[in-house]
Amino acid sequence: MPGRPWFPTGVTGAEGRDPAVRSAVRQGVSVAVATGLYGVSFGALSVVAGVSVPQTMALSLLLFSGGSQFALIGVVAAGGSPVAAVATSTLLGVRNALYGAVVAPLLGVRGWRRLAAAHLTIDESTAVAVGQREPAATRAGFWVTGAGVFVLWNAFTLLGALAGDALGDPRAWGLDAAAGAAFLALVWPRLAARRAQVVAALAVAVTAALIPVVPAGVPVLAAAAVAIVAGLVATPRAGAGTGAAA
Amino acid sequence: MTTTVLWATVLVASLLSLALKLAGHLIPQHWLATERVQRTSTLVTVALLVSLVVVQTFADGQALVVDARVPALAVAAIALALRAPFIVVVLLAAATAAGLRALGWG
Repeated sequence: MPGRPWFPTGVTGAEGRDPAVRSAVRQGVSVAVATGLYGVSFGALSVVAGVSVPQTMALSLLLFSGGSQFALIGVVAAGGSPVAAVATSTLLGVRNALYGAVVAPLLGVRGWRRLAAAHLTIDESTAVAVGQREPAATRAGFWVTGAGVFVLWNAFTLLGALAGDALGDPRAWGLDAAAGAAFLALVWPRLAARRAQVVAALAVAVTAALIPVVPAGVPVLAAAAVAIVAGLVATPRAGAGTGAAA
Repeated sequence: MTTTVLWATVLVASLLSLALKLAGHLIPQHWLATERVQRTSTLVTVALLVSLVVVQTFADGQALVVDARVPALAVAAIALALRAPFIVVVLLAAATAAGLRALGWG
């Protein structure tokens, strides 16, 4: 029977028959499996960095943002200060605030559900949610992806942490190289834009120049400072205003 | 870091992570919707991740060194260019470094 249902979808379960919702759920599940799997590498690298298994699980359960988690253990592994570790992790988490502002009006939730939605607001859940065309599919995509990643990411973090504990010398297994590869994989899809490439080159130069002269953790923060300046001063397009001679 | 300091680091970072996420959900959308804020946030993410790649690959304490991690990163970049999934990229990099070290280099 054609036409819209008179009842609100999402309350009755009618959205289960909506092909757009089913498609969003399928996307969410596949993203959750792919993302959850690399929780193994986080878990292993974390214990190798000197973070205990319970602390590693606390990061995946409570901090729950892949980039920030890898960054925090990276600073710890390099012997950086707690302040540098927290600052690097938190700066990487700033984008989650932007994601929250994007998805909040699409989800329209209050109370404890809003807290749950906030905790599950990460790259993957936001990407699947905003990729949908229908409101019901957007909601389904967000929740399936967010909850799916949360469950699998934590399960595989535990697996990796227990395995990493049993590995012995991490360098013999190439786990130090795996950390660099993990960061490269996280940044790779963000390097398409010209401006991002310029900032990436500046970040390489600043980091390499500072590593020999400042404590661990500081070069990464200096690279972030360069990006903040670049983002604030760069003009979005040429030709605007009166500064033709400048 | 001592165990206590590390726990404090983990918990403070977790609290700040949730605070940022929650702030995004609670504050009016137009506050964060300016182009300048979005652009800066994107660039900070790129700079931090790239900087971490450099530290993880070339730093040995405060020294810059070239060892088995460098070819491993090159293999990772090739795998990414060929659109390999994350876990494959990481495993190939680890296997490259482990293999080179087993052969006695880096």
